[in-house]
Amino acid sequence: MAFDKMELKDIEVWDGNFAAAQALRQCQIDVVAAYPITPSTPIVEGYGKFKADNYVEGEFVMVESEHAAMSGCIGAAAAGGRVATATSSQGYALMVETLYQASGMRLPIVLNVVNRALAAPLNVNGDHSDMYLGRDSGWIQLDAYCPQDAYDLNFIAFKVSEDHGVRLPCMVHQDGFMTSHTAQGVHTLSDDVAYGFVGDFKPMNDMLDFEHPVTHGVQTEEDWHFEHKARQHNDLMTKVLPKIQTAFDDFEKLSGRKYNIVESYDMDDADVCVICMGTSVETSREVATEMRAKGIKAGVVGLRVIRPFPFFEIAEALKNVKAIATLDRSSPNGAPGMLFNETAGALFNTQARPMLSGFIYGLGGRDLTKAHLVNIYKELQANVDAGKVTTQLQQFIGVRGPKLAFL
Amino acid sequence: MSEIKKIKNLKEFSTSADRFEGANLLCPGCAHSIIVREVLNATNDDLILSASTGCLEVCTAVYPYTSWDASWIHIGFENGSTAVAGAESMYKALKTKGRLKQPDRNPKFVSFAGDGASYDIGFQWISGCMERGHNMMHVVLDNEVYANTGGQRSSSTPIGSSTTTAPAGRVSYGEQKNKKDMVAIMAAHGIPYSAQVAPNKWKDMVKKIQHGMEVEGPVFINAISPCTTEWKFDPKDTMHITDLATDSLVFPLYEIIDGHELNITYRPKDIVPVEEYMAAQGRFKHLFKDEYKYLIKEWQERVDAKWAYLNRREEARV
Repeated sequence: MAFDKMELKDIEVWDGNFAAAQALRQCQIDVVAAYPITPSTPIVEGYGKFKADNYVEGEFVMVESEHAAMSGCIGAAAAGGRVATATSSQGYALMVETLYQASGMRLPIVLNVVNRALAAPLNVNGDHSDMYLGRDSGWIQLDAYCPQDAYDLNFIAFKVSEDHGVRLPCMVHQDGFMTSHTAQGVHTLSDDVAYGFVGDFKPMNDMLDFEHPVTHGVQTEEDWHFEHKARQHNDLMTKVLPKIQTAFDDFEKLSGRKYNIVESYDMDDADVCVICMGTSVETSREVATEMRAKGIKAGVVGLRVIRPFPFFEIAEALKNVKAIATLDRSSPNGAPGMLFNETAGALFNTQARPMLSGFIYGLGGRDLTKAHLVNIYKELQANVDAGKVTTQLQQFIGVRGPKLAFL
Repeated sequence: MSEIKKIKNLKEFSTSADRFEGANLLCPGCAHSIIVREVLNATNDDLILSASTGCLEVCTAVYPYTSWDASWIHIGFENGSTAVAGAESMYKALKTKGRLKQPDRNPKFVSFAGDGASYDIGFQWISGCMERGHNMMHVVLDNEVYANTGGQRSSSTPIGSSTTTAPAGRVSYGEQKNKKDMVAIMAAHGIPYSAQVAPNKWKDMVKKIQHGMEVEGPVFINAISPCTTEWKFDPKDTMHITDLATDSLVFPLYEIIDGHELNITYRPKDIVPVEEYMAAQGRFKHLFKDEYKYLIKEWQERVDAKWAYLNRREEARV
């Protein structure tokens, strides 16, 4: 029984989860092996309903844990076909062992990560702790700010991940609840146009080619392990960003929607800016516009690609700014914070060397309010006026009790 | 359905097309390679194989070499079964979609794992594979110990065995717990076929593997794999030790069809005392002191009771 196509309106009202599920349907995945976890569950449920209603022809395997979900995805991808799954938080943490195995075995798999806090204490709401946990895992990580992005970036993910010059798995991140459960207008692609963009899956070293048996997942020790890891890093550093840029360019021609490796907003003449990820990018843009009305030349830099880290693109985006706030939505637990560190690294050898301060916010789904951002921009302007960082380098915002600041 | 391979005699069996090469790093006398060859040689069909982390894996796919002339995958310690389940799911998907490169083939999906990777760390993954009904076979190479890492106890280690994490000492006789009954647990999933096999009884092995490959759905095979290194016997005695295991009924050979119909498939003409099986291995040497001899007696009683139970199950057809 051939599967049915679905008629979509030009604009559908979808939350981030359903947008991702629709993108997976349109990409005609061969195997989805998945396990439900809040807040990504509706992706898996949505896909299951598509299967039940004959909108999906591939296999839908509901396994017994997230570890098994990624293990099954690895086996399926090695067999040779299009593979995807979704998870969050504790499930993502359980998957970590297999994340390294998937990328080390150079298997194209797309993982939708609906970002959520990590226990303890147990929390189902959105922060970036899980997203940060995987940042050394050898995956490509793309970041959605809204349901539209969650939809579009899935197509980009398959296009880049399955490229024979890349062959690396790819995560599409969206913020738990804030994106995943917030319905917005999403501009759609028709089934044919969407599938045409990602194209047919082209197998490579596929186990199911019985005339050419392959061995996946070998043992290497001190003699070869380093070379394998170095080659993977080399490909992440040199091949992935150009492929993403090409995919973004092609996607813009198709959809009219333009994505950038680093998303700069009002940065041309900005004196101060925040750099952040997820839904906070959109909130920051709104506040930056309001700050400009008050005479502060504010801008926003959003990361669209977290890994590979866009080192030069970030430095370029920040080259004229005087004071920067990095916003990390994950407890750094004894360090300045990922965005602070990475941004500092990107800027250290540049002429500009703008002032950098870091903020830890929004853990466990705590709101980042416009008032928080107004204060941050004011502090940055004060730094500019004083010619030095006037606060401690790391501040917690929106947390109860006496002010927490370090460094 | 493909034709079942006909095997006339041991010579023909042992010289039929090898898809597991003799060039591997397993210990001399290791039963793993014998069992794997017996499983693979039971069919001429294409094979999609996995190994969980363990002796078999580290000894047969050391980059840039491989001992496997069939598609093979290793992911980790616990998830070799799910790797094959994922590949089997992809096979189904591509078959449905008409994208198989050789659509006329009838591949068999087999995961190999040690007892550590099956009874312990991979237990949940195997249970998931069995429950979901993948068309695959999971084969345990049961050497009753974590041999790859130097002989630590697993939940398959028999009581009284001295291991590095349950060593015999001044106040201990070694492993304190009885071996877990994995075949019963797997049969309880209601799978179409589960069985115990031993490499010395190769005809019984081939019959069971071929049956397992022909049935639709998940199959669980538990193969005794005497370990020359950790059981402490001379490498030339692997088959002798296996004979003692099957003929003492320490490792009875039987099958369970559809989770309930039990058939005993080997009845030794002369049942060997359990003591003889134990005496042939260094791991039980300490039990022959006077203060521990009661353990040998208890073990004989357990083996007798289990044999009686299996016979009752077979007779009752339930």
